[in-house]
Amino acid sequence: MANNNDKPAIVIAGMHKWYGDFHVLRDINIEVKKGEIIVVCGPSGSGKSTMIRCINRLEEHQQGQIIVDGIELTNDIKKIDEVRREVGMCFQHFNLFPHLTILENCTLAPIWVRGIPKKEAEATAMHFLEKVKIPDQALKYPGQLSGGQQQRVAIARSLCMKPRTILFDEPTSALDPEMIKEVLDVMIELAEEGMTMICVTHEMGFARKVADRVIFMDAGQIVEENTPAEFFDNPKNERTQLFLSQILH
Amino acid sequence: MSLETKKYPVGMHPALPPPSGSVGPVRWMRDNLFSSTSNTVLTLLGLYLIYIIVPPFIQWAFIDSVVFGAESRKECLAIMGEDRGACWSFVYRRWGQFVYGFYPVEERWRVNVAFLLTAFTIAVVLIERLRAIKPVLIAGVLLPVVSFFLITGSSIFGLADVPTNKMGGILLTLIVGLTGIFVSLPISIMLALSRISKLPIFSIFATIFIEFIRGVPLITLLFIASTLLSYFLPAGSNFDLLLRVLIMVTIFSAAYIAEVIRGGLAAIPTGQYEAADALGLSYWQSMRLIILPQALKISIPGIVGSFIGLFKDTTLVVIIGLLDPLGIGMAAISTTAWAGLSTELYVFIGLFFFIFCFGMSRYSLHLEKKLHTGHNN
Repeated sequence: MANNNDKPAIVIAGMHKWYGDFHVLRDINIEVKKGEIIVVCGPSGSGKSTMIRCINRLEEHQQGQIIVDGIELTNDIKKIDEVRREVGMCFQHFNLFPHLTILENCTLAPIWVRGIPKKEAEATAMHFLEKVKIPDQALKYPGQLSGGQQQRVAIARSLCMKPRTILFDEPTSALDPEMIKEVLDVMIELAEEGMTMICVTHEMGFARKVADRVIFMDAGQIVEENTPAEFFDNPKNERTQLFLSQILH
Repeated sequence: MSLETKKYPVGMHPALPPPSGSVGPVRWMRDNLFSSTSNTVLTLLGLYLIYIIVPPFIQWAFIDSVVFGAESRKECLAIMGEDRGACWSFVYRRWGQFVYGFYPVEERWRVNVAFLLTAFTIAVVLIERLRAIKPVLIAGVLLPVVSFFLITGSSIFGLADVPTNKMGGILLTLIVGLTGIFVSLPISIMLALSRISKLPIFSIFATIFIEFIRGVPLITLLFIASTLLSYFLPAGSNFDLLLRVLIMVTIFSAAYIAEVIRGGLAAIPTGQYEAADALGLSYWQSMRLIILPQALKISIPGIVGSFIGLFKDTTLVVIIGLLDPLGIGMAAISTTAWAGLSTELYVFIGLFFFIFCFGMSRYSLHLEKKLHTGHNN
């Protein structure tokens, strides 16, 4: 068991990706330990979203390796599904299923993918909806909730699959300012409980508070990788300095 | 009226009623019927049209009409005298043919049972609170099988065989229409999914099939069914004409509905596919649980539109010698007893189709409302 715990959660080695002729990701190398919180930032178009979407194969990489929990991502659909079961994801636009209630959104995958009985899946769902502080909305539809509430449901939906890792793809970018905090609070709580998290976000306060490492990307490459304290107070790269001066005012 | 001048703290302002004259029927008429000179003219013109059309029609269809008592058009005219109303006796006397075609009179109870079962099933589906899928599915499988044996006959249950060329009238319309509707829906879903599939075998096959069928008039397909197919089939094989028609009508409607559903599928945001994938759902699970329920919901108006078109197109079977209500009626008005009648026939047929098509249309609106969950993506 101890040996198993030392195994990294995610390894990305020499990974390249092209959209047609366009070389979007160039030589990405990242190793994420279990329980680590990684924040990925960078200007728009730098490839950060594409990078984390490769980790659960929403995007396909053409060269290099991505190994998630010891499973290498290839064209093998079985392995892709295996990885997706263990890796949760929260999207910028939440992507809740609008025709299902909040509770059904949360129980769908546990019931159909994990084969958990409906009663048990509902109990788990209610547990996680309580954790994100919206159990009273369980029977409503996503369209009846605010953006912040929808994103918290999306987090609960991921948690219901009991994933080992959760990927966050700009989870607060589509939210009104006063709703950002309620989502970040949930994410901070998850981080403190030891969930492995990779977050593409521009919430620098969040990065400073909980991140173990900050990765800065530009033009499809990793430019700098450091602890938050070093990254913010003592950026090495010129490009990083410019970016930080622009977003931190 | 004095303006409210008292200041309220934020959140304490009471909800006041709207100013008088901004709601109510008089206000509604002023806003909607007489809002401008041109609108007033149109309103009056509309009222005048209603006045010159509706009362005379009521006079003709109900007040001056003859339903019972007449055996021929002459008797109708004799009863009516000066006031020329509708001669509904024609429909009354031929009612059996209109409903059952040439189905043997002593076996008609079997058709009635099938009609009742269908009506019952539809009623069950329509009942709001019955959200359980199982009974609906069981009824959906059982009804066609039971109806098939009831109508065509089966030696196992001691029912005499009735050849399909005896079936006509409303019975025929319902057989062709309902079979077309219920069989084409699943086929069209598969066609739509094939057409957007990443695998070329599926998408090419579906595209060719859909474009070919849509590029050909239904009449042509019916002619192929009635004449050409016998050249391709082995000599002496007896492939029922009604069955051939059913196949043609079904694939015709499936090709159209497939395109409607493809439109619905294209309207689903990629985020939905991605969320389903990210949760680990398989292709079929994500289609069945996430994508299709939403795509079909968006497609309801188009699908029902196609169904209505299909239901009305069933009258085309007249061309290849099957007698639907229109065919029965046309045959009837060429007999000596009823020669000269035509308005009554077309009003009656029109009413029959209107009732069914309007019913479908209302049900589609109702479904749309019922499935609306406050989310518009």
